[in-house]
Amino acid sequence: MTRTIPPASEPEAQSATAPKDVAATETVSAGTSNVVQLFTRNLRTSGIYIAFVAIVALFAVLTDGRSLSAGNITNVVLQYSYILILAIGMVIVIVAGHIDLSVGSVVALTGAVSAVLVIRNGAPWWVGVLAALATGVLVGAWQGFWVAYVGIPAFIVTLAGMLLFRGLTLEVLDNKSLSPFTPEYQKVANGFLNGLLGGNGYDAFTLLVFALAAVGYAVSQWRTRAGRVAYGQAVESFPLFVVKILVVAAVVMAFAWKLATARGLPIVLIILAALIMIYTVVTKRTVFGRQVYAIGGNLSAATLSGVKVRMVNFWIFVNMGLLAGVAGVVFSSRSNTAAPGAGDMFELDAIAAAFIGGAAVTGGVGSVVGAMVGALIMAVMSNGMSILGVDQSLQSVIKGLVLLLAVAFDVYNKRRAGSSR
Amino acid sequence: MADHILEMRGITKTFPGVKALSDVTLAVQPGEVHAICGENGAGKSTLMKVLSGVYPAGSYEGEIVFEGQVCNFGGIRDSEHAGIVIIHQELALVPFLSIAENIFLGSERKGRSGLIDWNKANAEAGALLRAVGLDESPTTPVGQLGVGKQQLVEIAKALSKDVKLLILDEPTAALNDTDSAHLLGLIRDLRDRGITSIIISHKLNEIVALADHTTVIRDGRTVETLDMADPAVDVDRIIRGMVGRDLDSYYPERESHPGEEVLRVENWTVKHPSQDRLVVDGASFDVRAGEVVGIAGLMGAGRTELAMSIFGRSYGNFVSGRVFVHGNEVKAKSVAEAIDAGIAYATEDRKKYGLNLIDDISRNISAAALGKLSSNGFVNGNEEAKVAEESRTSMNIKAPTVRSIVGKLSGGNQQKVVLSKWLLTDPDVLILDEPTRGIDVGAKFEIYTIINRLVAAGKAVVVISSELPELLGICDRIYTLSAGRITGQVPVREATQERLMTLMTQEKELVG
Repeated sequence: MTRTIPPASEPEAQSATAPKDVAATETVSAGTSNVVQLFTRNLRTSGIYIAFVAIVALFAVLTDGRSLSAGNITNVVLQYSYILILAIGMVIVIVAGHIDLSVGSVVALTGAVSAVLVIRNGAPWWVGVLAALATGVLVGAWQGFWVAYVGIPAFIVTLAGMLLFRGLTLEVLDNKSLSPFTPEYQKVANGFLNGLLGGNGYDAFTLLVFALAAVGYAVSQWRTRAGRVAYGQAVESFPLFVVKILVVAAVVMAFAWKLATARGLPIVLIILAALIMIYTVVTKRTVFGRQVYAIGGNLSAATLSGVKVRMVNFWIFVNMGLLAGVAGVVFSSRSNTAAPGAGDMFELDAIAAAFIGGAAVTGGVGSVVGAMVGALIMAVMSNGMSILGVDQSLQSVIKGLVLLLAVAFDVYNKRRAGSSR
Repeated sequence: MADHILEMRGITKTFPGVKALSDVTLAVQPGEVHAICGENGAGKSTLMKVLSGVYPAGSYEGEIVFEGQVCNFGGIRDSEHAGIVIIHQELALVPFLSIAENIFLGSERKGRSGLIDWNKANAEAGALLRAVGLDESPTTPVGQLGVGKQQLVEIAKALSKDVKLLILDEPTAALNDTDSAHLLGLIRDLRDRGITSIIISHKLNEIVALADHTTVIRDGRTVETLDMADPAVDVDRIIRGMVGRDLDSYYPERESHPGEEVLRVENWTVKHPSQDRLVVDGASFDVRAGEVVGIAGLMGAGRTELAMSIFGRSYGNFVSGRVFVHGNEVKAKSVAEAIDAGIAYATEDRKKYGLNLIDDISRNISAAALGKLSSNGFVNGNEEAKVAEESRTSMNIKAPTVRSIVGKLSGGNQQKVVLSKWLLTDPDVLILDEPTRGIDVGAKFEIYTIINRLVAAGKAVVVISSELPELLGICDRIYTLSAGRITGQVPVREATQERLMTLMTQEKELVG
């Protein structure tokens, strides 16, 4: 403790208030008002979950439950995994007040580099993967340099990047598609972990992994709660806490059952889950994450608080490049080709996911989990409409409207918050 | 009464919670140069905004009579139509457009076809430029001109509108001596041609040399109108009218025990970031432990610029100078280094530069000291919430929890969040820029109490303030700043508002 300022009486005051706070929390949280609070406290973030559930339910009804079939759920995960991966990086870029229009081209370029090594030169699969990731990092460093150190708006830098890296993709591929990849490489996005523990009509291994994940979630939640109690902070009441854990566990296990009765645990889902966990921690718990939000919330205030704005901006783009590299590997592996036109319009899906997921157009607001839900909303809608046989043209119209309404909702919310100030 | 070109009678203008003007009267004779003087925040600019229609008729009480007609201006266009043109301190020119385009912006010279007749426009602009003594081609982009010449373009623009009453807000504040002299000469020329001018200026010597009458405003009220032909009216006479504000706030008692020197600044010189002039010119000062040092200066004197440039060179281009903290030289080239060196700077504009308004109290408080609340790059959220809660209690921040959004707090509570944030960095010296601007009397008293607590704990505090009574009430010593130079250092027991104002308006030649 380095603080010396507070008045001498403060230590007593502190020890006096700490237990009182806990007592106060317990009494307040005894009522059911807590559930209402949980939803209304932040309409912006809880609204998105409600919308997601509603959309899933809507398509389940419209498709007579086909959209919730085991095979289809597995498909949605595989089909949109690379958008989800891109959205993780994109939401960080957007929270900092930037935008990245180049990720589609970067997905193509990284996939192409990997394909040239693996297919044309017969390198092992992991060399292709590492080369793709390294390419992504280099691209990110290039864009980060122009945005952070030269001060060119990200819109321009990444618009240029979109053209630049598309051109380089054509160059690398000699304007021809490369396929097929080696079976090992294909497994990255198409492989499943199943049969390791047997099971009759379902995959026991998948269920075990998810069960462990659910237990891990419960334990980490418990430790967070214990830590907050130790510091005398407000926590939700114990029954509510238990209900929350049980609901999450039930949803997770239901999802696991669907996967287990289909093809097992997709490898790409493991990658995705790891990324979501890592980046949730990065954005919520690290100094870097804090600084991203501070820059997006008020650039001048962040600068005057000693945030090294240029460095943070640089690493934001390096990170986006890296994740675009991951998405490039997953996409090339799943489609089993590296094509010059790969990843076209991916940037728009990723940007839309971040905004639908509650990121603010002006920066400073947004979350990885929100972006994931935003991407899943897009995924479930596209998938559901495909099952229903809705025209591609109409699908596009509907997706556009959803994006517009989501941002309009955000703007409306902000104005309401502003007027009540 | 008919001998007045302009009469403003009983003007009262209220903003939510503040009475900016109350029963102000101003009478200007045709063909004179009429100066308006007053401290920062006295209401000069508000009065001119009422006159020019920026605040439309109906939003204030009182009457404006111009050339015998009662006027109800709904906007700037109306007042310009009547022949009243205001030139703001912040010039309103478009840098990428040419001089002629700027002059006729909004009143383009159209030919018969309805398209702009550029030959006509450029020819007329050329004539106007000759009238203001500016030797530039009308096709030169305004951005290529210096501030002095841009000011002349503004005046040419005013002349193009058949101006009868020209209002200049701090016209020479950003000008060097040559440009100032030229501009003042031009205002005299215009007077000879029958154009009436109202000039707002902090440079009292200029006013004495130029004006026919001077109206002094203090705390939103007209104090007096002085006839400058009277030989008894000099700079000191004007200052007496400007100050003498009532000591209406109360200041908590404090016993002063200055210790050893904490901050010393030597010969600090800083250039304007885009213009070729010095905003801080060879400033030297020191602050001791347990001492509150005030910096007094009028608008544009370079107070904020001085503070921000010391704080990790956050403003302007560094020219020369040295900073010492506890006797060790600090060469902080970034804010992070300045914080590490034990310097903290709480900005004058907390909404724009101090706070992340969309985030909560705890994260705003921790923003400058995340390094202390984290290990291996991971923030300890519980520790963060704990110190935020401690600040909320000790600073008496009125909010339900530390998770409350800062943008929804009152000004006083926001200021307490800013102070908490800087205290968390455990600084040796705190520079507080206008710490009580825009907050109510009760919160002001709390801020003063916090300042007293800080110096009692051995911190060195620098307070920059536009309110002289505030400086007199809380400081041990006061430095005065004028045009970027320290013009004096006065121990508080010897200081009076008159003495400070004299030093604050002292110009370069007089400093020696």
